[in-house]
Amino acid sequence: MAEPNLVLGFLGGMLIGLAAVLLLALNGRIAGVSGILSGAVTAPDRFDRSWRLLFILGLLAGAALYRFFSGALPVQIETGMPTLVVAGLLVGFGTRLGSGCTSGHGVCGLARLSPRSLAATITFMVFGMLTVYLTRHLF
Amino acid sequence: MLLLNAFIAGTLFGLGLAISEMINPARVIGFLDVAGTWDPTLAFVMAGALAVTVSLFPLILKRSQPLLCGKFYLPTRQKIDRPLLLGGALFGVGWGLGGFCPGPALAGLVSGISGVYFFVIAMLAGQWLAGRLTGDQ
Repeated sequence: MAEPNLVLGFLGGMLIGLAAVLLLALNGRIAGVSGILSGAVTAPDRFDRSWRLLFILGLLAGAALYRFFSGALPVQIETGMPTLVVAGLLVGFGTRLGSGCTSGHGVCGLARLSPRSLAATITFMVFGMLTVYLTRHLF
Repeated sequence: MLLLNAFIAGTLFGLGLAISEMINPARVIGFLDVAGTWDPTLAFVMAGALAVTVSLFPLILKRSQPLLCGKFYLPTRQKIDRPLLLGGALFGVGWGLGGFCPGPALAGLVSGISGVYFFVIAMLAGQWLAGRLTGDQ
């Protein structure tokens, strides 16, 4: 893997922030991907499902644009398939139970100074770090 | 217009995830690996995103309504309760195991790597299960 590019990291982060600002300013919605995803499947209202689906299609379009101009997407998976499936189950279950993920709690909730989001963000950061410590350095 | 803006916001979000390389699980695990060769990228991505949201969210929320519709849809729960912390912890474990959170996993589907598809299907199953268990749909 290439050296970290912190400038591109910051700029990419600003784009994510801009996306959250646009969605809140125009649609009045929080750009939390886990919530948008679960609502895209379960929301009873048809329009409610539509905008969520379009946001998700946009996520794919953004990645596709990057792939088109740079030639490849930097996706490196070093996790075996069974672990990846367990990880997916936990991420889906946990974000639904905990009402949000890195974007909803981390990017949007912290900007709203929400104590719930701060508590959630600290919790998933700490447990993420503990998990990597256990899997990389102890087992 | 609401639909178009949702698509544009999603596109900027996906582009941001790719440019910042947060779409790369190896980079995310590098950030979580504080005892190894720590990769600070994710902290800079969060800082970039928060620089924008922290400065503009208060201005937006000062208005009585959004530009294109009648009201803001904001979370109403205030209490730091068990589901929040348990959910955060389980999500954290999954995040540490796979290096994917929901946004990068969805955007990562474009890579065509089969592992991402399995992850996303499992993630949807996990969401469904949590919805069943907690009783909200």
